[in-house]
Amino acid sequence: MERKTIELDQGWDYMQKGITKLKRILEGLPEPPFSSEEYMMLYTTIYNMCTQKPPHDYSQQLYDKYREAFEEYITSTVLPSLREKHDEFMLRELVKRWENHKVMVRWLSRFFHYLDRYFIARRSLPALNEVGLTCFRDLVYQEVHAKVRDAVIALIDKEREGEQIDRALLKNVLDIFVEIGMGQMDHYEADFEEDMLQDTGAYYSRKASSWIEEDSCPDYMLKAKCLKKERDRVSHYLHSSSEMKLSEKVQHELLVACANRLLEKEHSGCRALLRDDKVEDLSRMYRLYCKIPRGLDPVANIFKQHITAEGTALVQQAEDAASNQASNAPGVQEQVLIRKIIELHDKYMAYVTDCFQNHTLFHKALKEAFEVFCNKTVTGSSSADLLATFCDNILKKGGSEKLSDEAIEETLEKVVKLLAYISDKDLFAEFYRKKLARRLLFDRSANDDHERSILTKLKQQCGGQFTSKMEGMVTDLTLARENQASFEDYLRNNSTAQPGIDLTVTVLTTGFWPSYKSFDLNLPAEMVKCVEFFKGFYETKTKHRRLTWIYSLGTCHVNGKFEQKTIELIVSTYQAAVLLLFNTSNRLSYSEIMAQLNLTHDDLVRLLHSLSCAKYKILSKEPNTKIISQSDYFEFNSKFTDKLRRIKIPLPPVDERKKVVEDVDKDRRYAIDAAIVRIMKSRKVLGHQQLVSECVEQLSRMFKPDIKAIKKRMEDLITRDYLERDEENPNMFRYLA
Amino acid sequence: MLFFFPISVKVKTKGMGKIDRMFDSYANSSLGMIDPDGIEALCSDLGVDYTDVRILMLAWKLKAEKQGYFTQDEWRTGLKSLGVDSLSKLKKSLPELENEVGKPSNYEDFYSYAFRYCLTEEKQKSVDIESICELLNLVLGDQFRPQVDLLIEYLKVQSDYKVINLDQWINFLRFCKEISFSDLENYDATQAWPLILDNFVEWMREKHS
Repeated sequence: MERKTIELDQGWDYMQKGITKLKRILEGLPEPPFSSEEYMMLYTTIYNMCTQKPPHDYSQQLYDKYREAFEEYITSTVLPSLREKHDEFMLRELVKRWENHKVMVRWLSRFFHYLDRYFIARRSLPALNEVGLTCFRDLVYQEVHAKVRDAVIALIDKEREGEQIDRALLKNVLDIFVEIGMGQMDHYEADFEEDMLQDTGAYYSRKASSWIEEDSCPDYMLKAKCLKKERDRVSHYLHSSSEMKLSEKVQHELLVACANRLLEKEHSGCRALLRDDKVEDLSRMYRLYCKIPRGLDPVANIFKQHITAEGTALVQQAEDAASNQASNAPGVQEQVLIRKIIELHDKYMAYVTDCFQNHTLFHKALKEAFEVFCNKTVTGSSSADLLATFCDNILKKGGSEKLSDEAIEETLEKVVKLLAYISDKDLFAEFYRKKLARRLLFDRSANDDHERSILTKLKQQCGGQFTSKMEGMVTDLTLARENQASFEDYLRNNSTAQPGIDLTVTVLTTGFWPSYKSFDLNLPAEMVKCVEFFKGFYETKTKHRRLTWIYSLGTCHVNGKFEQKTIELIVSTYQAAVLLLFNTSNRLSYSEIMAQLNLTHDDLVRLLHSLSCAKYKILSKEPNTKIISQSDYFEFNSKFTDKLRRIKIPLPPVDERKKVVEDVDKDRRYAIDAAIVRIMKSRKVLGHQQLVSECVEQLSRMFKPDIKAIKKRMEDLITRDYLERDEENPNMFRYLA
Repeated sequence: MLFFFPISVKVKTKGMGKIDRMFDSYANSSLGMIDPDGIEALCSDLGVDYTDVRILMLAWKLKAEKQGYFTQDEWRTGLKSLGVDSLSKLKKSLPELENEVGKPSNYEDFYSYAFRYCLTEEKQKSVDIESICELLNLVLGDQFRPQVDLLIEYLKVQSDYKVINLDQWINFLRFCKEISFSDLENYDATQAWPLILDNFVEWMREKHS
């Protein structure tokens, strides 16, 4: 059957009726909905008009009329209705009109669907849906979006001030901004978000300024909780893409822009919070700033400064107390200081783990703070010395600390942790070793387990090389005991020759122990016999070792037959040597004693002082002054007596500090040499600054090398032909194999 | 028929005669070399003080190995390269010699030669402070008077170093050439300058503060 040709006007008339019906429906006027027949007819009309043979192929015209339909409706109805409304009412109207428009587009594009199928593709034209939406965009959106935006922002601000607003409405409006982009967010961002962010920024900037003036830091931080509320806003009506930008903006205004003013607030800022131990407020501060890049830096900085100040104050306190109260026993203040530093460490470590959630920045701040004041000298002693003395007091018998085993273990643990902050670790090792030697050799160690336990902890922290010698020392004593047992067997089996005196010898391995001066003391005959005897025994065990006798470490028990009663005197070997001289002579001059014993003046003065001018006057001195002079005369004081049967005559120890420092300096020179050679051997050619910095790094485990010392060692190595300077570049060095 | 005949006869002793005679006139016959006395005589004949730097330059030109002595080989080679064979010619050549030494390509070589010339003992690597001071004065005094004066003053008062080695010596020259004097603005102790110069700069800064 031949299809009848439909003329454009005719066909359009028919379509127009359908469009009018649709409009009535949209306007809410009473109108029955489209039946499927009506729909079919409308669709077919379009179909026919497009498939007719030219010149009755009206696709182009229909395409244009499709668009014009929207334009007409918008211009005549939609725009006027919008123009007459404002603010929230305008927003509602817009939402309604937009919904309507979408419906209109949906229906009309169904009617005109055939155009979508062939015509638009053939001519590369926008699809019907797009045409429809574009009409709304170009005619409605373009005109109203600025007003809409301002209205929306005004509502947001209202909500910020605590008023209730219609969130659903805002969501719908903002959806328009999104949808109008037809897949792109550019309209949302450029026409709304940008201004919204700016307004937000201004809003919070004003708030921040006023709060910062009026509120304390903790209160301000509480108010900063509104950050969370802003984020919630996103879930209610803003597009999710705004979340991050919004957070950043608010954070910036509230926390970043005024960070300094906030944190540095005099009576309630970070410093004050630390001072007053406001743990909760500090935790909140951490939580607020931890998400901001570099936000924690100023907080960590204040933390570090605070700890440094407290630590330095403690050091100063100790310094002042020690110099003011001369009546204090020496070393008491230093002891107290170490205790207090340990407490300080515990306190602020707790802050790091709790308030600051173990963040590395705060660990670092704590470490750097401690490194500052833990390396200060107190009353002339280096911190390495003080720490070693502190350990000595815990580990020795009758030490000033009376603690339970657990408390001791805990304290030792903390002391070892403090060692990490001390740069001269090798100095500590040397002081510790010297004191350990005294404890071991004079049987002053309180508890073997504790001795081993601290060595284990030191090994864990500083490596095996740090503790190898000390461990050797402890082992030596065990071996020495075994050795002594076999010496006693030897004596029993050799009933013929006896030394005549009870002799205990402790054989030590030279490499492990600190170096001791061994003088050529002229021993009394009785002792010479003992020495020879032991030598004989030792040679039966091994011929490959050489014994060097260190008389300065020996102890003698001498019976003094005084007029009233015999008293057993516990003295050092040197003191005994002096006393025994008086077995053969009644009265001796200083020079005679000197000649007989072959000691230095310094040592002899100390010895004679301890026997004649100190608490127990075993010898009487002529003249009876408190100072030993080289013209003095000495006599056995037969009138001496004491209520005890056995007394210890102590010899005040020599100040080893200077020697320790010298020894350590020497070791450091070797260590620097070795490090330089090691580095240059592997790199072959290296620049000066790099060499120095690598050297410092390699040695940092044990000490902080002085740059000048490194230069000096380099010069020495150049003279010894290990290194040479590069000819072209005087800042480069070359390894000479 | 002779197809090959000498085109020129290299008379080895051509011109050597005068040079050798000159040598003999100053040499110590038992040693076979010119000794310190001979050098002193040469100096007086040249009208030059024997502590004059030009004698050091001559020694450099001769590549003399041992301080205070010239061997016959050294004498011959040296005078030949100077292009002289008589006392008067030698005297006239001295200014030219100074120029030659002054050339940048030669100067550093001459400068380190001056140090090595002082190493009289076998295996000696360093020179004592006194001699270094004299040498500094001699070699660098003209060109860098202010630096040399202060450096000598410092070397005499400091006690860290009793001797100076070649590396330190070389760096004295570099110091004079590179570091602005007397403000010492561009001196950077973190660079590879020898420690003695670091200490010198510190001493100078303290002096002026």
